[in-house]
Amino acid sequence: MLKFPIYFDNHATSPVDPRVLEAMLPYFTERFGNAASRNHKYGWEAEEAVEQARKQIADLIGASPKEIVFTSGATESDNLAIRGAAYMYREKGDHIITAVTEHKAVIDTCKRLEKEGFRVTYLPVKKDGLVDLGQLRAAITEKTVLITIMTANNEIGVLQPIAEIGAIAKEKGVLFHTDAVQAVGKVPFDVNALNVHMASITAHKMYGPKGIGALYVRRRNPRVLLTPIIEGGGHERGMRSGTLNVPGIVGFGKAAEICRLEMAAESVRMQALRDRLNRKLHERLDELYINGSMDHRLPGNLNISFAYVEGESLLMGINDVAVSSGSACTSASLEPSYVLKALGAGDELAHSSIRFGLGRFNTEEEVDYVADKLVSVVSKLREMSPLYEMVKDGVDLSKMQWSAH
Amino acid sequence: MAYSEKVVDHFNNPRNVGSLPKQDPTVGTGLVGAPECGDVMKLQVKVNPETGVIDEAKFKTFGCGSAIASSSLATEWLKGKTVDQALAIKNTDIVAELALPPVKIHCSVLAEDAIKAAIADYKKKQQAGQ
Repeated sequence: MLKFPIYFDNHATSPVDPRVLEAMLPYFTERFGNAASRNHKYGWEAEEAVEQARKQIADLIGASPKEIVFTSGATESDNLAIRGAAYMYREKGDHIITAVTEHKAVIDTCKRLEKEGFRVTYLPVKKDGLVDLGQLRAAITEKTVLITIMTANNEIGVLQPIAEIGAIAKEKGVLFHTDAVQAVGKVPFDVNALNVHMASITAHKMYGPKGIGALYVRRRNPRVLLTPIIEGGGHERGMRSGTLNVPGIVGFGKAAEICRLEMAAESVRMQALRDRLNRKLHERLDELYINGSMDHRLPGNLNISFAYVEGESLLMGINDVAVSSGSACTSASLEPSYVLKALGAGDELAHSSIRFGLGRFNTEEEVDYVADKLVSVVSKLREMSPLYEMVKDGVDLSKMQWSAH
Repeated sequence: MAYSEKVVDHFNNPRNVGSLPKQDPTVGTGLVGAPECGDVMKLQVKVNPETGVIDEAKFKTFGCGSAIASSSLATEWLKGKTVDQALAIKNTDIVAELALPPVKIHCSVLAEDAIKAAIADYKKKQQAGQ
């Protein structure tokens, strides 16, 4: 039985796994203690639960539990990593390297630092969405203190060459932070194998609750220090003050444990579903363009431009399916997705794009339904599209004089 | 984003989708917008040269639901109107009829532009023929 709307937007957020919810529930009621209360059982059991979760999360990424700093989510983790390192190491240098396709939590944090006098290099990406390692190497100067490049992109799902970037950072003696929100729990991620110094993660993209995230901060080889951006009681080794969200942390830990145990099988299943969707669309529709590398990609991600069909109208046509579009019309801004624009494919393909994010609870039956629905809606909208008609009549759209508005 | 019932109706059951013969001297074609902006409208009218009344109107639109609804509504309104009456259609009329929110007003502007462009094309052909 299909349940509507079908949820294919797992890059935005994922439902909480029932096993996660079950683990969390006692920590709202009978075990409600403050993990910082040192004088009674309520505090002790909360602290014990937090430390168990810290280990579960550390185990998922090959870290030591002491290297996990809890935050309110990945946006805060990105802010803490980038601003915290920039302020701490300001005397060493004032230059940061990132990429144009990073999440806004990284881009806007870098922009703020620019206003404060830091210099930031925004690396372009290649057509496949990946950064060029030669360009990265060339951008590093004596003043570079931090490289921040995401592991998996939230729109196009491409996996950056993190191990190679980690090796370059190590060789050059530069700190390396990665926003690993979309990748952790979906693909293998080991902070030592990848030479990562800091990594942002969040629970709600891996079937845990919203409002709880973490920053991995390396403690040895080298020991990374951060200037806190939230001051207070000195929780989390002084890097992030504030009473710990114990139920959230317990859920985060359980979610991480499930991912660690089930990731290998789950990623095979996700990729099979993703490939099935892709194949079914390509069998029955022409002029589809996949955005981003298909070889270096999250197993559950597909981002396709349906040429000559505008994204928002496509979403309206498939209103019993929850996905998102790179078209500007879906947001308050009038600019289409900056990530898709950075691939250099042209704004019209950005306007025609749909992001599919498959997750743990999706089924083959859902994929088949969504594929059929898309084929019928895209066909209908192309019948209605002056661009499709012109192309079929042999008009070269790029040679047309358009009245841009 | 929630769409008004009328937008949803025009989107699901668009009126007058299609094309008229471009070379016909009684057909005027307007093509406005740009693919990189996310909307392109093609609107055509077929005018009875004796009476100056629009007999037929067709559209094809690449754009969001509101853009499709705006052009669909425009073709409905154009039929039976004289060329001069058609030129009096304002984008604000479309906004009101479809209850378009502020971020979608440009869709109605585009529809008005498309009407004007189609009629200008028709008039140009008529003058060239005389």
